[in-house]
Formats: sequence, C-alpha cells, structure tokens
Amino acid sequence: MTGTFVGMPAFPEAAREAVRDRTLRGNLRHATHTIRAKRAGAVAELSDWAALREAGRRIKDHTLRHLDRYLVQLEEAVTAAGGTVHWAADAAEANRIVAGLVKATGESEVVKVKSMATQEIGLNEALLEEGVHAYETDLAELIVQLGKDRPSHILVPAIHRNRGEIRDIFRSEMKEWGRPAPEALTDSPAELAEAARLHLREKFLRAKVGVSGANFMVAETGTLVVVESEGNGRMCLTLPETLISVVGIEKIVPTWRDLEVFLQTLPRSSTAERMNPYTSMWTGTADEDGPSTFHLVLLDNGRTDTLADEVGRQALRCIRCSACLNVCPVYERAGGHAYGSVYPGPIGAILSPQLRGTGSEIDASLPYASSLCGACYEVCPVAIDIPEVLVHLRERIAQGGPVTRNGNKVVLKPAKGHAAERAAMRAARWAFSRPGALRGGQRLASRTRRFHPRSLPGPGRAWSGTRDLPPVPAEPFRDWWQRTHGGKDAGK
Amino acid sequence: MSSRDRILGRVRRALADVPADGTPYEQAVERGYLQEHGERTVEETVDLLAGNLADYRAVVHRSDAEGLPGLIARLLGERGVERVLVPPGLPPAWLSAADATRVDDRAVSTHDELDRVDSVVTGCAVAIAETGTIVLDGSPDQGRRRITLIPDHHICVVRVPDQVVASVPQALGRLDPVRPLTWISGPSATSDIELDRVEGVHGPRTLEVVLVSGE
Ligand code: SF4
Repeated sequence: MTGTFVGMPAFPEAAREAVRDRTLRGNLRHATHTIRAKRAGAVAELSDWAALREAGRRIKDHTLRHLDRYLVQLEEAVTAAGGTVHWAADAAEANRIVAGLVKATGESEVVKVKSMATQEIGLNEALLEEGVHAYETDLAELIVQLGKDRPSHILVPAIHRNRGEIRDIFRSEMKEWGRPAPEALTDSPAELAEAARLHLREKFLRAKVGVSGANFMVAETGTLVVVESEGNGRMCLTLPETLISVVGIEKIVPTWRDLEVFLQTLPRSSTAERMNPYTSMWTGTADEDGPSTFHLVLLDNGRTDTLADEVGRQALRCIRCSACLNVCPVYERAGGHAYGSVYPGPIGAILSPQLRGTGSEIDASLPYASSLCGACYEVCPVAIDIPEVLVHLRERIAQGGPVTRNGNKVVLKPAKGHAAERAAMRAARWAFSRPGALRGGQRLASRTRRFHPRSLPGPGRAWSGTRDLPPVPAEPFRDWWQRTHGGKDAGK
Repeated sequence: MSSRDRILGRVRRALADVPADGTPYEQAVERGYLQEHGERTVEETVDLLAGNLADYRAVVHRSDAEGLPGLIARLLGERGVERVLVPPGLPPAWLSAADATRVDDRAVSTHDELDRVDSVVTGCAVAIAETGTIVLDGSPDQGRRRITLIPDHHICVVRVPDQVVASVPQALGRLDPVRPLTWISGPSATSDIELDRVEGVHGPRTLEVVLVSGE
C-alpha cells in the first residue's frame, strides 16, 4: 500500500507536535463538538436507531462472509448494464489500470469527486507521473490540494484550516491551476465558496473524464451510490464522457433494499443531517444521460488480508461516516494528520495497520493511539467494536502471531524495545494526565479482560502490572460522558 | 493468474474459518426497523415534507392544478428568468403562463449552452417526507441529470399526495434502480469552511418546490 505519508513520524511524536499547534486544536475542537452535538439530535429523531444499527451490522457481516459470491454477482450486473469491471490486487495495479483508461481517452485532465480509496492508493500522484492532472473538486479537497496539504478528517478534510488561511491559499494558488480568485476576495465563507464555484465550474464543463469512489455498490442490480453535499459529485458523475470509479471490495451490499438501512444511518451519523443534499445512483450507463463509458475498478489493497483476521475483519463494515472521529478525545487533541494515513481517528487506528501491515513505525504505533474509552463503538452505525480490535492489534504487535499479508500467512515476531512499546507508554501517560479519559479506558480495559486474564496485553502490562484493574463501573459510558462532558459542551 | 482470480481466491481463503452457512439472504438479516416513523395522516405527511424541505432551505410553495401555471410564471418572473430549460415530457400547461424562452433538453446541447440557462422546471418521481427529499429518475417530465445541475435555479413540482411517501424504505420500494437516480435534499451546500453552512457550491443555489394538489 502506498498510502503511508512519507517520512511520517510514529503517532506519539506526530500527536505531540499537533497538540502544540493551538490553531489546529481550536479548529478541531470547534468542529468535532459541533458535529457531535448535532449528530446526537439527528439520531434521536429515529426511534428505531438500535434496530437500524443492528441491521446494518448484519447486512455488512453477511456480505463479508459471502464476499466472493457478491463480487461475482456485482461484476455480472455491472457488465450487463453496460459497464466494464476491472480487478486490482494492490495500489500499483489500480493506478496502472486507471492511468491506462485515462490515456486511452487521449485526455490529460480528470475531475475527481472526493474518494478515500483513490487517496489510499495515491492515484493523483500516480496519474501525475503519467502526465495526467487530477483535479479534486470537493471544496475541502480543493483547499487541501491548493494548499499542498494533507486531509485531516474523513468528512471535512480541511477542518484544520480556518477561513483566513483558506483565503490566503485561494489568493495565492488558484491562478496556478485555472481561474484565479477574485482580487478583493475576503474571508467570508460565502465569498470563498463562490470563488471555488467559479474556479471549478470551468473545469467541470470541459472535463471529458471523471474519477470517483462510491459509498455503496448493490450486487443484485449493479447500482453504484455516491452520497455528497456540494454537487461536485453530480458534476463529476454526469458531465464527463467517461467515468472511472475506484471502489474497495468491501463496499458491496447484497440488495437494493439494503440501501434503506444505510441511507438512514449514514447521513445522520456523518453530517448529522436527515439526508445529505445530493445522492446519485447509477447502474452501468444510461442512454444519452451521463457518461457513455463506465469503468469500475474493484480494489483489494489489503482488504482480503483484513478479512482473514477473525477479530479485525469487522473494520471492513465501516461506511466511512466519521462519527467515531468526532467523539474521540485523542483525535480531538492530536488531529487527523498524526495518524499518518488517509484514514484518521479511531477507524484509522484499526484500519491502516490492517490494510498496510504493522511493518512501519507509524503503523505499529496506531493501535496505541487511543484511550480505549469506547465512545467510538457507541456511535458507530455499524457497531464496529473498535476498542476490541485495538486491543487485539496491540496484542498482535507486542506478542507476535499469525497474520495474512498479500494473501500469504506469515508469523509476526513479537515487538521488542520497539516503537510500539514507546508509543504505548506515551499513550498511557496521556491517559494518566486526563482522569476522565482514563476512567473510560479502564472500563474498557476490564471489559476486554476476557482476552487477557491476568493483565493487559503487551505494553499495557506496564501499568496494569502495578495496579488492580478496577471493576466495570455501574454507570454506562454514555451516561458518564454526558455527566463529565455533557455540561461543558452544551450549546457548542 | 488474473487479479480477479487472485482476489477471489484470497477472499475464499480468508473466510476458511467461517462455518458454512446456507441461510438464504432474506432470512439472514433481521429487519426489525420501522417502515415509517410515527403515525400520520396523509395531510400530516405532506406537511412534514413541506417542513423538512424548508428546514433544509428549499423554498416551498403550495398550489392546486389550476393555480400552477400562474405560480410558475410568477416564480420565474420574480427572478427575471429569460431562458428556462424544459424536459421533453413536462406537461405543457405548467409553463403556459410563463414568458421566458423555452430551451428544450436535448442530447446535443453542450454544457456551455446549458450554463447560459437561468432556470429549469421539472416534475419528480417521489418525495420523502421524513427527510425532506425529492427524487428524480430521468422520466420524461424530469429529463437528463445534468439539466437540474447546471442552471442556478430549479423549480420542482411534486404532485401531492400521490408522489409523497413517508420514509426512505417506502421510497426505495417505489424506485427503479436501473434508472439514473438523483436524490435532492435542499440546495447544494457546503460546511467545509469552519462548519459554516453555505448554499450553492456547484448545484442550483435555489431550489423551489411546488406541492401541487389535484394534478
Ligand atoms: S468505524 Fe463506524 S463510526 Fe467510524 S467511520 Fe466507520 S462506520 Fe463511522
């Protein structure tokens, strides 16, 4: 996997840097607290939330359990509807396929709708090497791209930038890429959005090739679904002549009807809206409506390795709503960049080390980037037990054991005097200095004792060895959070 | 070995620990969730639609069949619309009172031509009350996807109560997945700059929905 940010320090170092950056922390705190409060309201509107969450979990688990069958069914359906399906075992192969498809059109520019899969494989960089410019069209992605920056949040990738910074980036960079920003551009969000609208419209109207990801693929019908807000998705999906979608193989749902679950849980978990402004669904190609050529690139890149892990495979249920980021006390302080991957926050801490393996220092440290407070599990609309997977991965790193890499079973050696150990100790120190987070973590630590009868696994032993693990608090996490944080955050 | 075979082989090996399971899909997933949230009369459902549309900053109007042409003419007139895009199957009566020049939705129109149009008027396939969503499916009264995307102003006519459903599950049951579908909930919006909501980044900045009865 090429997605590692080059030269990225391991999580604790990166986090320490980020915590020192006061602007970043202010922006993040404002953002996560705002979304968190709104999300709770949007979820409370649905009296059957628990049933929807359970159905979502089961649909995804069932799909993963029969993934081979559904992939073949999807391929047949997309092909029958006029699309072409490609299979990519890793990032390099996916990039090769997309570059080849773009070059076959004779074009040297593509417009892109935000896609985590294409960020994961480093598609823009790979295309540039082939002489193809890929323009990100999501406003936040545009800010990130123009600022020569990295995204820091799944949903609001430029959350670390404030309006003044954005104005400066637009003023100095837009002219390098196309239509310049207006001379008198101020930092009002409406003016900034207007500048982006004009800058990008020029690109949309002339683009011949669009590149996207997808939120869902329906095996039964071959339908792809993209959920968005700005309309840049609709632009990329309908105006070009050729559309290339790069999608992880875990994004399948079996039936059309399954969308009724996720189209209720995703927007509310994600942007805290009843429904996002735009959802596009297409099945192959349509006569004289939208692209006349459609390619679907099905991406593995570590997903089948993740599937092979009995505990860790649940990470593949993720629908990338980002709710877990917004409730995570570590993410709030450290920011998305510290995770060294396109998948930040709690989900990134379990997904990246599984997709990429734990060979690098950053990946080995990621499972320690958590206080194990359990808030991420509480909000997850597909009930991924992130703390359980974190503890499992820590154990794997500290004690070694069998894993699957590139489809082959290998045995990891236990980490010794290694980054993970140091990472763990810093994470522990972080938690000790925050009684609230520690209390939450302890609840989880005791809950996961079934995996570790005597002590916490690996480096965690260092502190569980010198103290008794406290009993599970009678108070549920949600109530505790409400009591200790609720008052402070109210009205934010 | 092709990558297809390699990936499918890896999936099968990865799942070797999972016990075989022959449960048909219909039974594998329990659907204990609701088909509709709350009990409402037909009028209440339409009111909920109107409320949720407005909540997401769509402008909502109500009319009967007789008043519709006058209302559409007024909405276009207020904005000084000179050119209005028209899908091929739009009921001719809807625009019978409007002065604006009609531009037909044609496959050969270039994007730049469409960019010079002020407004578009369409019908819809279904509207979802609980979420404040209208869904277009490319039927003749709605036209190609791009015509409701490029102009800055979209008037969408919803026949009430026939085209209104309460919930997302009910909407999916009415839609044909093979058609290109666009779900619209309020105008285009972004919250990417310090989470301040700004309307209209790329799609129409103004969405007006006319709930028409007796059509
Ligand atoms: S892990 Fe759950 S909460 Fe986090 S992004 Fe994925 S689906 Fe959302």
